[in-house]
Amino acid sequence: MMLQTGSEAGTAPAVPRFLDAGEAALVVEFGDTVDPALNDRVLALDAALRDNPPAGAQEFVPTYRSLMIHYDPLQIDRDVLVATVRDVLATSAAWAAKPTNWIIPCCYDPALGEDIDEAAHLLDITRDELVAQHVAATFRVYMYGFVPGYIYLGGLPKPLAISRRLSPRPPHPAGAVLIGGGLCGVSTFAMPTGWYVIGRTPERLYAAERADAFMVQAGDIMHFEAIDTTTFTALERRSASGEIIARKMSA
Amino acid sequence: MSASHALRILSVGPGTTLQDAGRHGYLRYGVTAAGPMDPLAHATANLAVGNAPGATAIEVSLGGVELTAEARPLTVAVAGGDFAITLDGRPLPSAVLLILEPGAVLKIRAGQSGSWCYLAIAGHLAVPQVLGSNATHTRTGFGGVDGRALAAGDVLRVEPSHLSAPSFGVIAAPWLDRPLGVIRVVLGPQDDYFSDDQITAFLAGPWILSNKADRMAYFLEGPQLTHIRGYNIVSDGIAMGAVQVPGNGQPIVLMADRQSTGGYPKIATVIGPDLGRLAQARPGTTFRFAAISIADAVEARRNEAAVLARGPVVEPLVRTQFSSEFLLGLNLIDGVVSSTEQAIASYP
Repeated sequence: MMLQTGSEAGTAPAVPRFLDAGEAALVVEFGDTVDPALNDRVLALDAALRDNPPAGAQEFVPTYRSLMIHYDPLQIDRDVLVATVRDVLATSAAWAAKPTNWIIPCCYDPALGEDIDEAAHLLDITRDELVAQHVAATFRVYMYGFVPGYIYLGGLPKPLAISRRLSPRPPHPAGAVLIGGGLCGVSTFAMPTGWYVIGRTPERLYAAERADAFMVQAGDIMHFEAIDTTTFTALERRSASGEIIARKMSA
Repeated sequence: MSASHALRILSVGPGTTLQDAGRHGYLRYGVTAAGPMDPLAHATANLAVGNAPGATAIEVSLGGVELTAEARPLTVAVAGGDFAITLDGRPLPSAVLLILEPGAVLKIRAGQSGSWCYLAIAGHLAVPQVLGSNATHTRTGFGGVDGRALAAGDVLRVEPSHLSAPSFGVIAAPWLDRPLGVIRVVLGPQDDYFSDDQITAFLAGPWILSNKADRMAYFLEGPQLTHIRGYNIVSDGIAMGAVQVPGNGQPIVLMADRQSTGGYPKIATVIGPDLGRLAQARPGTTFRFAAISIADAVEARRNEAAVLARGPVVEPLVRTQFSSEFLLGLNLIDGVVSSTEQAIASYP
């Protein structure tokens, strides 16, 4: 599937659907596309509920287009939870999060971005053009998912939209910057993937020993900055010692 | 803490891990809860040794485990599937509380039925936490012992607790004796990706648990389900027990180690109280799903909570089941054992 970004912004219903994922999880679904406006509404509800969580609500999981609320049904009745969420929705726009604007170093050398030439070939552009478009793009962190710390980024320029592989490639190293399915991703764990590894960041988006083990929040903005392999090695050493090497930009 | 209290793993099959009640609060960052496959059995074993129900215990897979106490005795309980348990070669009931003396060898092997059992140790297993939990998630290397399954030679430090319960006995927990039967589900959240006929086919089954079953997912074989709106959705959250239907129409039930989000439609979700029963079923077993309301699912949850609130009863072993030599070997110093019981004994 190639995700369409931003094409159906006007079709999202004003009122979300409430769907049950069993007796202990409620899905508040705002739509079924990948769209920044839709994701804004998800994140505003998430922020409002985290600010003032209903008794019995345990975890909130924002995704592209829905918020999953895990709850203890012995502490809060499903219909009471739905009514509470409806009330919060009436005012949740006020909670619109203030995103952090990150500049993340990324080495696109084929030694670290091992699929970059294959991806450029499939996209019918040169490696340099691919890098130029990737560093020029403004990405949005839509959600975490799949494995700890894996972020899904929207905002990939259309000329870089590439289908997933027919079958997954072997595991890539941690820190891989990937494109696939019209999106970009940054991984924190080595894992097999159907996407293409175009670079690697020395930043650790997840570091257990840091106070904020997860550095980035859904809704944050991200730019990539090209670095060479020498710089990568130097930054990786600093990152390994616990330092955050990505820079924050004023939004 | 006394560093001399420890449990040594002598041998172990694949897939035996440390699990507490799960790693909660980080799903929004893609972190799976993990935790026990059969939470009711996990809690039962913990309660039998006087621990909190969600304390860290050893989840034993069908591969089994063989372990011993180092230097100091430990009070342990085993509960879960009907596993074959021996202490120094002598068979014990499959749900049992005992004092493991240093050098005595406790063996837990796959028995008549069930896929998981739990060994709880009175006190606290001193292993480093990851994001506030000891739950092992081997795919990401989180929790437990270095994020991996237990291995021969592992030594688990224990901060012991003092126990007032009987030191040796059968754990009476009738709620753990449960054949697979009907698995109850709440339909949704993407049941609208299926026609009424397909929902009917899903509920009619019958479904067979395939050989593909691990802590992440149980794969089912049965009638081929078809989608009315394709089989890709824009990824959303996944609850434990979600029944995903991928393109091949054969459902997958997502278990404790599932990923936090996913892109296949979920036709239904197994209710919490039936998850452990499904987890205990072995490959090849046939079963059906039944759709129930949220209210009925909550009622089932309330009943389960009431069972745990009462807790398991530990009954002293019926003396005639065991030889005096065996019982004396367990440091049971109370009671009188008749010499005729020696003849009844049939232990190796």
